[in-house]
Amino acid sequence: MGDRTPTIVGIGLSDYPRTPHLDALAHHGLAIRRALDDSGVQKADIDGLLCFGSYGIDDAVTMAEILGITYNFLDGTFAGGTVFEYYVQHAAAAIEHGDCDTVLITYGSDLLSKQGRTLGTQLYSSGSRQGGPLQFEMPYGSPLVSGYALAARRHMHQYGTTSEQLARVAVDMRSNAAVNPLAMYREPLTVDDVLASRMISDPLHMLDCCVISDGGGAIIMTTAERAVDLQQTPVYIRGAATAQTHWNISSMPDFTVTAAARSGPVAFEKAGVTVADVDILMLYDSFTITVLLLLEDLGFCQKGEGGSFLDANRLTYNGDLPTNTDGGGLSSCHPGMRGIFLLIESVRQLRGQAGPAQVPEAEIAVACGSGGQLSCMGAVVLGKERS
Amino acid sequence: MRADTPVEGRILPLPNSSTKPFWDATARGELVVQWCEQCQEAQFHPGPLCRTCGTEPGWKVTSGRGSIYTYTIVHQSRTPPFDQLVPYIVAMVDLDEGPRMMTNVIGCAVDDVRVGMRVEVAFAAEVEGIALPFWQPVAAGDT
Repeated sequence: MGDRTPTIVGIGLSDYPRTPHLDALAHHGLAIRRALDDSGVQKADIDGLLCFGSYGIDDAVTMAEILGITYNFLDGTFAGGTVFEYYVQHAAAAIEHGDCDTVLITYGSDLLSKQGRTLGTQLYSSGSRQGGPLQFEMPYGSPLVSGYALAARRHMHQYGTTSEQLARVAVDMRSNAAVNPLAMYREPLTVDDVLASRMISDPLHMLDCCVISDGGGAIIMTTAERAVDLQQTPVYIRGAATAQTHWNISSMPDFTVTAAARSGPVAFEKAGVTVADVDILMLYDSFTITVLLLLEDLGFCQKGEGGSFLDANRLTYNGDLPTNTDGGGLSSCHPGMRGIFLLIESVRQLRGQAGPAQVPEAEIAVACGSGGQLSCMGAVVLGKERS
Repeated sequence: MRADTPVEGRILPLPNSSTKPFWDATARGELVVQWCEQCQEAQFHPGPLCRTCGTEPGWKVTSGRGSIYTYTIVHQSRTPPFDQLVPYIVAMVDLDEGPRMMTNVIGCAVDDVRVGMRVEVAFAAEVEGIALPFWQPVAAGDT
């Protein structure tokens, strides 16, 4: 048997941020075609599919039919916006084990064009009655943004974190977006701008919240052996791990600690790296507080010191710790589930294809997603070289 | 204690076999949580087993007292009737018996809510057979 080390050999982005002419499936199609072109992989060689569905299509088997994938491995796991980091973990294991050789991970969303900016402040219930654990949340009118506000408030109470410190995350993401021509918002931003934006769910202001966009992405993974014959320099999966503390926010055990405190160290250990080795950090920035919690939980600073870390370190592409070099969900692109963009930007950076935001000599990238309401945390360490 | 807050139009719970005893109790004016004899621990939300040891939990009536663990003041909420209620408080309350639950804090100006504030449960009048629990600051001098 040849070298079955899992690698990423193809990436494709559909168009963003506003694409009223594309529906969710069209985003899948565009991203997949671009990933195939990028990699040189023939579609017929894809024998694994990892996809939870599309909007209005809630299963992987329908997607396999629509996309025409004859698979030996199928995974329709759902874990919110970080599910793509879960898929990398699952695909890497399947490829190493020999269940399949070449897999497709795909995502497409027309959230902005179809639903507008409703995700954060609308209650999503199937009717006038709510079953399951949400029956203990839904009657109290806590929209998605409020779950993050509850975490931010607790962190402020426990550690003295300030709104100014959180705002720095939004300011740095905007600096990164300034050099991404596709980013939704590119004009410079100040801490005062963030604090002056209207309050959505105290202590989170409008500019503490990610944008809502359209968009899609696709990733093709295969063995290191097959990668040799393909177009791009492969990016190696050095380590991947997943963890969950809860699904519904009211069941979060400690509102200041996410499951990345478990998945992060496992992924780093598998990869044989420490935080000091990380050149590119891609963190799910649904809200500014998400970034602060992930910085702490992944070990870039101690628990509770995220605020002072943000005072002292710039997260810009040319700063102390280059983070979300595409401008992040806060300024560039967030079609509802951003996890795939974390991986795609990591690969662009490690290949040296990140344009004006390119970080010189980037060798290790970490993508850490957040799914649900600070619920599921998938961490992936990618490397230019194998372990 | 009766909660003085509008309930009409809210999305109401759909009880299942695990949660029905909780909603039956609120209708009686009691706040109950599951209780695991083996772990000597309370559990909320109610489930089909103790999430620690896997045995079948019983029930325990709580004191209806607790403290605010964290809160947010919701200023933008698109879904009726909450779009008409803004600004309002969503909070997590730590029950004295251990578990934590989400609520709206009522009888409290939004500027006055604090982490650590002592609160007590108050039940809204039944709507469609459901009496929702809310929490409000305890009377002065009380704990």
